[in-house]
Amino acid sequence: MLAYIIRRLAYALPILIGVNLLTFALFFMVNTPDQMARVQLGDKHVSEEAIEQWKAQRGYDKPLFINTAENSEGLLTDTIFFDKSARLFVFDFGKSDEGRVIGADISERMWPSLAVALPTFIIGISVNIVFALFVVMFRASMFDTAAMVLCVVLLSISGVFYILGGQYFFAKLWHLVPISGYLGGTDAIRFLILPVIIGVVAGIGGGTRLYRTLFLEEANKDYVRTARAKGVSETAVLFRHILPNGLIPILTSVVVVIPSLFMGSLLIESFFGIPGLGSYTLDAIQAQDFAIVRSMVFLGSVLYILGLILTDISYTLVDPRVRLS
Amino acid sequence: MNTVVLGKMRCGGFTGRLQADWRKAGLQKSGWLKTVNAVSGRFGSAGLWLAGALLLAGCSDQAWNNPHPESEASANILYSSFSERPKHLDPARSYSSDESRFIDQIYEPPLAYDYLKRPYELIPNTLTAIPDIRYSDAEGNEVDADSENIAFSTYHFQLQPGIRYQPHPAFALNKNGESRYLFASAAESAQYRTLDDFTEQGSRELLAEDYVYQIKRLADPERLSPVRALLSDYIIGMTEFSQMVSEARKALEEKAGKQAWLDLRQLSMAGVEAQGRYDFTIRLKGKYPQFKYWLAFHFFAPIPWEVDRFYHQPGLAERNIVLDWHPVGSGPFMMTRNNPNEVIILEKNPNYRADYYPSEGMPGDAEAGLLDDAGKQLPLLDKVVYRLEKEAIPLWTKFMQGYYDRSGIASDSFDQAIRVSSDGIGLSPEMMEKGVSLEKEVVLGSYYLAFNMLDPVVGDKGDAKSRERARKLRQAIAIAYDQQEMISIFANGRGEVAMSPIPPGIFGYQSGEEGINPYVFDWVDGKPQRKSLEEAKRLLAEAGYPGGRHEKTGEPLVLNLDTPTGGGGGSAMQNWMIKQFKKLNIQLNIRGTDYNRFKEKMQTGNAQLFQWGWLADYPDAENFLFLQYGNNGQVISGGSGVNSTNYNNAEYNRLFDQMQLMEDSPQRMEIIRRMIAIMQRDAVWASGWHPHSYVLNNHWVRNVKAHGISKSVVKYFAVDTEKRRQAQAAWNEPVLWPIFVVAGILLLALLPGYRAFRRRQQRRIETMLVANVSTTNKEQEG
Repeated sequence: MLAYIIRRLAYALPILIGVNLLTFALFFMVNTPDQMARVQLGDKHVSEEAIEQWKAQRGYDKPLFINTAENSEGLLTDTIFFDKSARLFVFDFGKSDEGRVIGADISERMWPSLAVALPTFIIGISVNIVFALFVVMFRASMFDTAAMVLCVVLLSISGVFYILGGQYFFAKLWHLVPISGYLGGTDAIRFLILPVIIGVVAGIGGGTRLYRTLFLEEANKDYVRTARAKGVSETAVLFRHILPNGLIPILTSVVVVIPSLFMGSLLIESFFGIPGLGSYTLDAIQAQDFAIVRSMVFLGSVLYILGLILTDISYTLVDPRVRLS
Repeated sequence: MNTVVLGKMRCGGFTGRLQADWRKAGLQKSGWLKTVNAVSGRFGSAGLWLAGALLLAGCSDQAWNNPHPESEASANILYSSFSERPKHLDPARSYSSDESRFIDQIYEPPLAYDYLKRPYELIPNTLTAIPDIRYSDAEGNEVDADSENIAFSTYHFQLQPGIRYQPHPAFALNKNGESRYLFASAAESAQYRTLDDFTEQGSRELLAEDYVYQIKRLADPERLSPVRALLSDYIIGMTEFSQMVSEARKALEEKAGKQAWLDLRQLSMAGVEAQGRYDFTIRLKGKYPQFKYWLAFHFFAPIPWEVDRFYHQPGLAERNIVLDWHPVGSGPFMMTRNNPNEVIILEKNPNYRADYYPSEGMPGDAEAGLLDDAGKQLPLLDKVVYRLEKEAIPLWTKFMQGYYDRSGIASDSFDQAIRVSSDGIGLSPEMMEKGVSLEKEVVLGSYYLAFNMLDPVVGDKGDAKSRERARKLRQAIAIAYDQQEMISIFANGRGEVAMSPIPPGIFGYQSGEEGINPYVFDWVDGKPQRKSLEEAKRLLAEAGYPGGRHEKTGEPLVLNLDTPTGGGGGSAMQNWMIKQFKKLNIQLNIRGTDYNRFKEKMQTGNAQLFQWGWLADYPDAENFLFLQYGNNGQVISGGSGVNSTNYNNAEYNRLFDQMQLMEDSPQRMEIIRRMIAIMQRDAVWASGWHPHSYVLNNHWVRNVKAHGISKSVVKYFAVDTEKRRQAQAAWNEPVLWPIFVVAGILLLALLPGYRAFRRRQQRRIETMLVANVSTTNKEQEG
């Protein structure tokens, strides 16, 4: 397995370089370093000298990909691309265009992201699985049909609608929770209730439909029929037989997102004013802060690759027949 | 259905009330209830944690939806918000109102604005008096203020003794009187992750050399101060000092590394000098009357060298422990928490000097209660909490719930807050019932639709005939573009048409008939009336475009508008603009672009018409009329000028040179009038407007008076915390019936399912039993 993991990590390197290259190309097609400097320096009294100084301070005074003024290795290494990319691979994110240390910001903001994403993820998965099992239990009944209609309805509603509706009813009309914001420590619970409820409810439609399909496939297999024939109760059939076997495909969609939980949710964090990494990324895009965007895209890619590797490893844990080679 | 609405409650109280409500509803521990309990016990327990968490919130006196910590319930705190995280809090670098609202409470420049008096009046801040200004000629002989031979101006500042800085680790000393926190390497400072980890603090007296040190910082190219270039034109020796600093830093970095601290005290600037502990001078080239306004800006706030050294220590910048994020001042407040992603907290500076609420104001101020706190020591608040609010709806909701003390009015909320009637603009009945007060002011700024004078079609180029034609075209557009309609539709009436760049409240502004733009308006029945469309069409025809078509080629006139708002012309605003030009049969092509590209177009003069705005730095006509000054042209200045129209009229320029050196006087007013007449005739701006700012205050907020220039006003604010607590409790009683409805619906949905499940289990057993019996019978028969 170790050899497999090392090989996968080695495959990840060119992917990360490619992602980084693409981010660079896209960003600099839209924004030149001069424009970035002007954004940061403001509108009034911006001199050319100040722009040059800003670029020099942040290393944007070099050529983008190829430095024709340099010889040998300097041709490629003394460039913005190499300068900014090389450090990313040791997770040195450097400073944002406005001067803050990105690594310090990420380590500070990932906790609020996790505080929202983790309970949403765990409760969401649990609710979806339980609901899907119920639907499977009453398959081909009115309950099944009604549940599927409900799922399609839930699936069709925009995420923003859930957020605005939730804020309107729970916070504005009924005064049950704060409408937005975030406080540290145990105070955070009050602010997390509504985002978590909304995150869970918004995910029920899609999650339940997927898991129902997976469980139905299992429910029609011989071993389930055998279990029933032996007089095993329906609850036991569902939870002891169908669920463990149905978990294997579920892992594909679940484990891969676990590392990405750190990255937070763009929508939820922005609307609820939660200072996590999702809103950090969104703010950076709006402010055209390339240093942060680049770092977050890189981090997202790393976590996604990590998620895929974890998924493969988890297969071997839940299904002894699977071997990584 | 029983409706349960509970107010504040404690845990025990809640469960008691809940049981009572159930009893009232006749739900005893019947068999039905047992079934419900069984169902909820089996299937609902996992989901009930959310309800439990909600109910836990009822364990305190605080309203459930209160976004502030319970410990602050009765504290003397003002709650406010910010929508854009500040980028820079270094007074040498910051140049945005989003940042000034924080640092202007912390830093103290030599001068300040009187809070209550209008027109805006400068008063000493940390000084004993307004600085003494002496003028001299090239030989150094003293001359009068109105002399034409002024070569130098010398400002002499006398500080109040005994002013002390806020407590800060930079001032902490050890037993030997040396700095407590000095690190030779990043490893030594590694244990200090945040500024709070520095447990020892100190303070010291504000000295004249601190102001000198800051001016040197302004000149330091490394600081990227936005006013360095501007001030270098005036302060003697500033340019040379910048060069000197660059060279000294380069030498230091070669010797001691990039992070080494350069002590600016070792370098001297010719025009800035501390003459004693409390007095210092600044020498300027020539005469620059507007310099006094810069002295009320945070750019001129003092920075002690100890603070500069503290933040330049190895390893601190890597943890965002920098002056740009952790300001240190002598002002009424100090920043105790700076998390721009969440909250910024200012607390009362325990070392703040003797500063008292003003006892004089304008007529009406006493009646409005603005002098009730006269003579009281400032600041009146213990703490100010600014929370990040990026979305308008939560911000407005929290204000309506009493969790924010003040709020602006977004367009979505305007109808809820404001009632427009024939009597004018006032608060809606809902706001009046809540006791909310409205604070209105004309923003000292202008938004405008202007022409690029370098453009061959609409600009001021070519021979006299073509320039005259272009002028008539611009005038025709100025008449057709109904700015008032735009303000009514898109700004809810919050603004007024600009007759000139100078807004009301600034010397040079003229109201009434003499203030109107005579090329666009007539004075009819005591008010301005826009000239007729026929007049505009006549001018258009004279410009060579009868009916909106070129008189020779017959081709339609197509104009391009560059706007930084993005989009392609699909928005309501852009459609409205197209309609305005359509009145003259001119086709308007709107080129929406991102702000970066828009600025690039402005810099290169690559635009025809454009929209932009200007907010004043200081309350002087010069700060508005330089928007048309030729030498400030964006193209001429390589992008650093503020004249985006690139207008360059010799007579206007001459009058500007004259006007900017004058103090306010009837002569200056006359020159301003002539300048405005020139630009009105040339129709440099197609249209413009001065926005009005509306701020709502909850009824417990006192001493609020809009100030168009100064942001250092929070020290005057006061809140009645008891009134706020009562209002919050009354406005935020939790409504619990929805929880029971949802729980009931879930149970009702689960109940049939549970019964069906039981039946199914039962049926299988029965079926199995029947099957077993029949098998046994068959065996027996066999």
